[in-house]
Amino acid sequence: MTEPLTLWFVLALAAGTYLLRLAGPLLRDRLQLPPRAGQLISLAAVALLAAMVATQAVTDGGSFAGWARPAGVAVGAVLAWRRLPFVVVVVVAAATAAGLRMLGVP
Amino acid sequence: MVISFDLTNEAYRVHDEAMRSMWRTLDVRLLRDVGALAAAVLVVGASFGAIAVAEGVPVWLVVAMSTLVFAGGAQFLAIGVLGSGGGAAAALVAALVLNIRHLPFGMTIAGVLGDRWPSRLVGSHLMVDESVAFAIAQRDPARARAAYWACGVALFVAWNVGSLAGGFAGQAIGEPEAFGLDAAFPAGLLALLVPALREPSAGLVALVGAAVALVTVPVLPAGLPVLLALTGLVVVLGRRQPAERPPGPSR
Repeated sequence: MTEPLTLWFVLALAAGTYLLRLAGPLLRDRLQLPPRAGQLISLAAVALLAAMVATQAVTDGGSFAGWARPAGVAVGAVLAWRRLPFVVVVVVAAATAAGLRMLGVP
Repeated sequence: MVISFDLTNEAYRVHDEAMRSMWRTLDVRLLRDVGALAAAVLVVGASFGAIAVAEGVPVWLVVAMSTLVFAGGAQFLAIGVLGSGGGAAAALVAALVLNIRHLPFGMTIAGVLGDRWPSRLVGSHLMVDESVAFAIAQRDPARARAAYWACGVALFVAWNVGSLAGGFAGQAIGEPEAFGLDAAFPAGLLALLVPALREPSAGLVALVGAAVALVTVPVLPAGLPVLLALTGLVVVLGRRQPAERPPGPSR
């Protein structure tokens, strides 16, 4: 590694990450938000998580992740929408992607 | 069907009775779901440990990072930027930008953590995409708390045990891609979001947000596209009181 990972780096990243995590509950406490704002904040988490799903499903390091991963996620999405159990969704999505890779799909 | 989803602090005071009933509500299905996710996290943690050690990081520092940071995406990103010669400052900024999403997450699940300091201080550290998603997938506040803590603790243990094992085993551990785990995580998050996405306004917000994130991935640094997904909220800003409620546990 050109510049090594140091304990100071880990401590700085840990402190920054923890403050970002703690800031939400503290802010929510200080701000007296109207109910409408509370509803929007609940929706914000859904928007962020949906974006995590989309970007993780299709991209890797800023470029296309290949076909196996989005195919696996798509199969999982269909099962999830049809209300199949969480474990089934996760296992079938993984098996689809892994199976496609065994067949040579990137 | 009357489902109220508003996450307010008042609805979530952590009472002693609520804490006692929390563990009763942890039913078999929830534990099974959390267990499946923890197994996947164990493998990805092992992969992280192996990659970090291959980059020259000592095992103790790998485990210290996984314990103190506990954010897989940011940890992989930091090791990657350092390994490609990006420098410590760039690696730190990149990893922290990726973690900014925890701030709005924290505002959403503030009620789940309650207003007691021990719960807030410890619970904040367990805030990851999956624990947040598990919490907002529950309709009832006690279940949301139980799901958040069960998922957070299980993933914390799995991530650290995995990092330690991977650090020692090195490259002997298989690639998570070979098991399709890179597809399992987005699929699992999506499965947790589905109940929320069935509400038309939440579905629309999510769709617009995901589209904005996808379009901006090629041109923006990691983390920013996901934050831009918040622009999806504009589709409901104009409405005064929506007929349907936003997602999250009910009171």
